[in-house]
Amino acid sequence: MKPVLLALLAWLLASPVWAPVAHAVDDPSEMLANPVLERRAEQIGDRLRCLVCQNESIEQSSAGLARDLRHIVRQKVTAGWTDRQVVAWMVARYGTFVELRPPFEAQTLLLWGAPVLALATGAAVVGIGWRARATAVPLPPLSDTERARLDRLTGP
Amino acid sequence: MIGRRQVLLGLPLAVAVGGGGISYVMLQRMERGTYDPHGVPNPLVGKPVPHFALPPLGAGPGLASAELHHPGRPVLVNFFASWCVPCVQEAPELMALHDRAVPIYGIAYKDQPDAALGFLERHGNPYLRVATDLPGRTAIDFGLYGVPETYFIDRGGIIRWRWAGALTPDVAHDQLAALMRTYA
Amino acid sequence: MIPELGHFAIALAVVLAAAQSVIPLWGAQRRDARMMQAAAPLAIGQLLALLVAAGALVWSAVTDDFSVLNIAENSSALKPLLYKITGTWGDHEGSILLWCLILGLCGGAVAAFGSRLPTSLRARVIGVLGLSSVGFLLFCLLASNPFTRLWPPPIDGQGMNPLLQDPGLAFHPPILYAGYVGFSVPFAFAIAALLEGRVDAAWGRWVRPWTLGAWCFLTCGIALGSWWAYYELGWGGFWFWDPVENASLMPWLTGTALLHSAIVVEKREALRVWTILLAIGTFSLSLSGTFMVRSGILNSVHSFANDPTRGVFILALLAVLIGGSLTLFAVRAPKLAEGGMFAPVSREGALVLNNILLCSICAVIITGTMYPLLADLFFGVKISVGPPYFEATVFPLAVPLFAAMAVGQMLPWKRASLGPALLKLWWVALLALAVGLFTAIGLKAAPFLAFAAATWLIAGAVADIAERLRLFRVRLADSARRLIGLRLGAIGAALAHAGLGVTIAGIAGMSLASHRIVAVRPGQTVPEGGYSWHLTGIVDGHGSNYVDRIATIVVSRDGRTVAVMRPSRRSFPLQQQTTTDVAIRTNGFRDLYAVLGDERNGQAVLRLHVNPLAPWIWFGALIMAFGGGLSLADRRLRVGAPARRTVALPAGASPGT
Repeated sequence: MKPVLLALLAWLLASPVWAPVAHAVDDPSEMLANPVLERRAEQIGDRLRCLVCQNESIEQSSAGLARDLRHIVRQKVTAGWTDRQVVAWMVARYGTFVELRPPFEAQTLLLWGAPVLALATGAAVVGIGWRARATAVPLPPLSDTERARLDRLTGP
Repeated sequence: MIGRRQVLLGLPLAVAVGGGGISYVMLQRMERGTYDPHGVPNPLVGKPVPHFALPPLGAGPGLASAELHHPGRPVLVNFFASWCVPCVQEAPELMALHDRAVPIYGIAYKDQPDAALGFLERHGNPYLRVATDLPGRTAIDFGLYGVPETYFIDRGGIIRWRWAGALTPDVAHDQLAALMRTYA
Repeated sequence: MIPELGHFAIALAVVLAAAQSVIPLWGAQRRDARMMQAAAPLAIGQLLALLVAAGALVWSAVTDDFSVLNIAENSSALKPLLYKITGTWGDHEGSILLWCLILGLCGGAVAAFGSRLPTSLRARVIGVLGLSSVGFLLFCLLASNPFTRLWPPPIDGQGMNPLLQDPGLAFHPPILYAGYVGFSVPFAFAIAALLEGRVDAAWGRWVRPWTLGAWCFLTCGIALGSWWAYYELGWGGFWFWDPVENASLMPWLTGTALLHSAIVVEKREALRVWTILLAIGTFSLSLSGTFMVRSGILNSVHSFANDPTRGVFILALLAVLIGGSLTLFAVRAPKLAEGGMFAPVSREGALVLNNILLCSICAVIITGTMYPLLADLFFGVKISVGPPYFEATVFPLAVPLFAAMAVGQMLPWKRASLGPALLKLWWVALLALAVGLFTAIGLKAAPFLAFAAATWLIAGAVADIAERLRLFRVRLADSARRLIGLRLGAIGAALAHAGLGVTIAGIAGMSLASHRIVAVRPGQTVPEGGYSWHLTGIVDGHGSNYVDRIATIVVSRDGRTVAVMRPSRRSFPLQQQTTTDVAIRTNGFRDLYAVLGDERNGQAVLRLHVNPLAPWIWFGALIMAFGGGLSLADRRLRVGAPARRTVALPAGASPGT
């Protein structure tokens, strides 16, 4: 029970937002003057895929399209849009593919359930092995002749 | 008599066989072209043309979405640029479509006007009208991620098809022709 | 002439590998001593042929033989000598040859160092290695031949991708492949054990050094790749959960589980089925990783030549190797007897938990990497599974693993109670809490968890050694005597666990990094991260195949100069590419990181980072590998099978007396 609680607590605490981020913004004039807004824009950008490069976010990529999208994100953040609205705007144009975090829906049930499923499978396999061993047929009791022989061999 | 233990121990093989089968299907689809891991989908297919109003390239009227909302006949919108190599490749095919009286509207994407006009002089101008999208925002509204891209818009102004990359004769003969027939 | 020699050598290697697989395996089946003895010479023969082939390719590269298609496509006359040599394995064909060479080296190593193994086991191991070799050599010969000629030869080659012309990346493939391919030996041991029908304590001991060796190389290979990304790509990032990176992490996770599982087989003859499955699974994952990278079905920064026809060949090869081994497993494993009993709370129990958690993390990474493909295939939708997914799912599984690591070391075998074990770690928990709180002041909860976990692991390793020395419970002299007698394996294990803690501390430190992007003129100073960065000037420079602009930045703190950094931007005229050369200065506890960007209107764009504890990420990996190496040196691992000693009878005596 305790390990389970510990894992749950860890899950609650370990917010993925703290992971180190890498940026390829190569022009200081791109950055917003307000550091709070700039930080928000960077966080949103880290969630959006750069569509012309393989597997990078728009914050990491130096492609022209990434620069344009970064600019749009900063414009909208300055205009007061929420994170969700900005991402929805991007998704409306490029589909859920642009979001690096897969959506929570029926089709991604297996994906998001993978950790729990994996643990459950592992526990089940161990449990089955355990039970197989525990319910192993016990040895039949010794007959009288066998017991006498055992006494002779082990001696007083 | 297959015991529970044997079933369990056969599971890894089952998983591997499943994985192998899926991988094989993937490879087949890649060769046939129905699976492209690097392609980007376009959610605008089936939706109306996004709102825009662009200035003209050179002289003439510009291009606005209002004209594409009810064109009355199927039209193509082609994004191009002078700095784009596949655009040169598809230029002959676009000219051939123009000769067959297929209406094509062109939008120069992030291109300096002189360079874009020079491109049209060198490779021919297949467009009824050409506009210029220097900041590239309209292209983003279309969900564009590179040039060239061609959009097929039906009579009611709904985007029905998007092709990313050079429009080759094969694509024009197979897919475009079918679209023309369906949405004529 | 030389390329033809190389081509012939590969063909010869195919024949030798085929003999190496058929003869010893059949000999072991029929208990024919002569056929089994043939295994070692055949393996060495195959290795020699492969050395000739590799030598021929390197020769062609060094002598600028552009009539060889591979050299023409990937090399150029102006390329520095080091990269001509190391570039031979930078492209697809060369890397497959490297793979085959290392597979040959594994066979040769078992032939040379496995003399203490029982004959039939050694024959079977070498035979299975031969089978793998045949497959990959055929692929090399038929589908990715590095010696294809090009006529007429061009005057100069197309040159190598500038991004790859780097000392770190030059050595990344051999070390990484030594890890990937090295796990073929435990795989061969597992197959051999299934064929023999016996998995016993001796097998557990014999398989361990090979597993350790491969694991050390894989650890170094992954760390080298990550370090290269950090200093070359210019963004300060070091892990992107890219499919190819994940493909290297998966066998590492199951390989770690295998390492620990083999200990239980050796000590208690338990967990046999699991260990065999892990041995087969780890090599299967390295093979699948190769397939995924080279077939093009994945969306990755690293993807090699995307050629679906090559993909089908490799898929067929995998079907034979993986399908065959798992079929053998399904048939033979049920016949293996049950192992030793143990209570749920015991060291075996802790290692079972370790296995479950490591394999779960591996399963999650597999799911996340393959899901975009599956979603496209079954649902027709294109979704992205990026870093946010992996961070949200892997970390919650890793935390209980870290917690169990220190506790597991304290538990005795067979049966234990949790209380006394936890009590021995009271000071470790307190220290972890203190360090976590200290670093978390004013920050979010996540760094607290990371620093606490790192401290828990490092102090836990110290506690493990202290426990073995019975420190403070017996006289100091007795503890010292125990220290001298302590076996290397125990020290190695503690070091490896501590190394992981150091890496976690490094990752936690990186999350506190600060950076700034500025446009400055020469002569200006910028403050960042507590330091003053002063740009003194930018000059032109050049190398053998590039020209560059070099900036000089003087970094100081409180008036004292701390470092002089020279980031640069290189232009490669042949490939028309520009790369940035990041300047990094480290003092072991923090990295200063400077990148030179565009220059405009007399101003240069500079990106300046201060990365606390960044070097610890890779120090930790080195410590882990060192710990593994130390364990490898443990004398107990060199015990072999008992050999029959023949005694000369005195003259005149008759046998039977």
